Amino acid sequence: MKYLLPALITTTLWGQITFDRILNANKEPQNWLTYSGTTLSQRHSLLTQITPLNVKNLELQWVFQAQSLEKFEATPLVVDGVLYTVQAPNDVVAIDAATGRIFWVYSYAPSPEARTCCGRVNRGLAILGDTLFMGTIDGHLIALDSKSGRPIWNVTVANTAAGYSLMHAPLVVKDKVIVGTAGGEFGIRGFLAAYNVRTGKEAWKFYTIPGPGEPGHETWSGDSWMHGGASVWVTGSYDPQLNLTYWGVGNPGPDWNSDTREGANLYSDSVVALDADTGKLKWYFQFSPHDDFDYDSVQVPVLADMEWKGQLRRVMLWANRNGFYYVLDRTTGEFLQGKPFAKVTWTTGLDDSGKPVRVATANPTREGTLVYPGVQGATNWFSPSYSPHTGLFYIDTWENYSSVFNKLPGDYVEGRRYTGGAPRSPVPSLRGTQVLNRTEEEGYGVVRAFDPKTGVRKWEFKMADVTGSGVLTTASDLLFAGGREGYFWALDARTGAELWRASVGGPVDSGPMTYEVNGRQYVAVSAGNVLFTFALRQ
Amino acid sequence: MRRLLTVMTLGAGTLFAQHSFTPIDVEDGGRLYRANCSICHDAQGDGVPGIDLGHGKFRRAKSDDDIATIIRTGIPGTAMPPNNFTDFAALTIVAYLRSMAAATATTTSGGNPARGKTIYEGKGNCASCHRIRGVGARIGPDLSDIGNLRLAGELERSVVDPNAEILAQNRHFRAVTKDGATIIGTLLNEDKYSVQLLDSNGRLVSLMRANLRESAFVEKSPMPSYKDQLTQQELSDLVSYLGSLKGVEIP
Repeated sequence: MKYLLPALITTTLWGQITFDRILNANKEPQNWLTYSGTTLSQRHSLLTQITPLNVKNLELQWVFQAQSLEKFEATPLVVDGVLYTVQAPNDVVAIDAATGRIFWVYSYAPSPEARTCCGRVNRGLAILGDTLFMGTIDGHLIALDSKSGRPIWNVTVANTAAGYSLMHAPLVVKDKVIVGTAGGEFGIRGFLAAYNVRTGKEAWKFYTIPGPGEPGHETWSGDSWMHGGASVWVTGSYDPQLNLTYWGVGNPGPDWNSDTREGANLYSDSVVALDADTGKLKWYFQFSPHDDFDYDSVQVPVLADMEWKGQLRRVMLWANRNGFYYVLDRTTGEFLQGKPFAKVTWTTGLDDSGKPVRVATANPTREGTLVYPGVQGATNWFSPSYSPHTGLFYIDTWENYSSVFNKLPGDYVEGRRYTGGAPRSPVPSLRGTQVLNRTEEEGYGVVRAFDPKTGVRKWEFKMADVTGSGVLTTASDLLFAGGREGYFWALDARTGAELWRASVGGPVDSGPMTYEVNGRQYVAVSAGNVLFTFALRQ
Repeated sequence: MRRLLTVMTLGAGTLFAQHSFTPIDVEDGGRLYRANCSICHDAQGDGVPGIDLGHGKFRRAKSDDDIATIIRTGIPGTAMPPNNFTDFAALTIVAYLRSMAAATATTTSGGNPARGKTIYEGKGNCASCHRIRGVGARIGPDLSDIGNLRLAGELERSVVDPNAEILAQNRHFRAVTKDGATIIGTLLNEDKYSVQLLDSNGRLVSLMRANLRESAFVEKSPMPSYKDQLTQQELSDLVSYLGSLKGVEIP
């Protein structure tokens, strides 16, 4: 008994959001306990109060106006009526999820040395027990008391002065919190690392570029591995049966001048499957070997179990920035299928192993080469969705989107941009403009629904402008997504028919999510600098 | 008025206070002091030889306005630089220095922080209400960085006489709903229609005023006085431990 007591006390103090609850998040769909809803990352909710029939009665409930002019990319968490989100760059806000009133704000001032390629943004939080976890743009990982916003520990993950930053929502697996480092445009050497949730002590570290003596090191010529990028900036997934955690890895650097990095450049533009306890590599699959278009494979790994050619298979669905969507066996990494989902000119297609066959003339040059998809990709970091109910995989897509890729010389200087080029495109990369004046041939946004088993496109929903929005589906066969032109839509997930829209007056740069408080279902999405919530008219 | 008077009497040290400040002004001054002054003058005010700001010991200044002028213009030929503060901001720093002088008056000294930690966790049972870096209850203020916020004299006073001064953000709020439920907690936020509390069960709750039968701040601190519970040495140890709590280290 004497020995049991400390354990009991720990359980009591650490008792709230157990990892078991996170693993079984679908059993409490009123909450949203991890970035993509569950560790399988389908961004699919079992809430069904809002249906295709009544969705026309959705109306605004409350808004939260961030005191920030940065893009609002965070997906909130909701825990028992409290919504947690991040006001860019790194202020954590706890909000009453029914009324929008603020409980507390934790303000974090990142080091002025922090460098980010594409905005001082943050994509969200993780929770375990009553502790929240946030990565900061200056390379810190911070644990906070979810009730008061008080910091519990703060550790340095990576050196911000050398261009490392943390952007994505951390992922909790058991007693560890996992983060990866952004900085692919600054010549970093990317890695993933796991920290003990209680102490912040590092538990393991996996370099996304193998060091000397490690398998894969030979895929980098000379010293290029030291500054080869391979960043991580979107939250991974976790399969509890296999105990594997899956993460997408970013572009090799310099992005557009690959002369100094001959070889496949592993594990850039790959998915890596790591043992969640040790960080050891179980398998990898490289989507774009020796990439010189900045086709980060920084997408959310969507895990699903489905019948595949007569047998039940654990698969991974992956819509890649390079214009193809893939089905992989997530136990082994075996390539099962890959098809383009948007206009692609850099390759003639994938071979039997899933490796792209490059078009010899499609390379960045001094003068510039026109290539589809353009530098932001046919999709990007924003979340796709898989609905087990419809069996469809939904991808927010940039169609007819190209860039002229040029190649420039440049040496590595710590903390400076290290990209080797400056691509141009008719579509602005990050924010867009407040007016749209472009032809469809110059690029547009579209939600596309695919049957992952056959690769057949079932429907599409075209927008005028492109999109930075994720996709949310629900078990009542609704699909929510937004666009850069400032609309947030509810579509019929079976047909793509528009059922409802709200004018949110700014680009949607986040993944929608849904939750329930006091028996009422809400849908939340951020656009511009504002978080909007909707529910059915009462 | 009572609050204003309290602060004015705090100034009764070497010099008399010539201005009135609210507790919020003093807190603002403290923040400015810690951000701008403590690098040289130290948190306790005695970082520069011959000057002890925390005990009202100045070399040149006679009045509040003298000190504020020095804060703003600096002292040519010395390491004291000019600062880009408004008159009022400079005066809030003066107010903070005055309050520091009052607060450093302490009966405790020579405490042992390690023994103080034992008292905190054992005899004092402090963690049943307070929290330090994620451990303990949330009924009273989180003490993770109390050593940065309060001086020894203030800590001592709070332990022996918890009602002597309750900071605005630490007041307890009591609400009774129309169906008779009583909720007590720390008020976090409020507006015309609602209040947001961290209640005594550690839950974040938002209450609509229209659903409340009564609601008000609790006048008295729920904390017991430890005046007769601790020996002078134990009190010194506890204050020493609390003073050592400097928040989460930022590496």
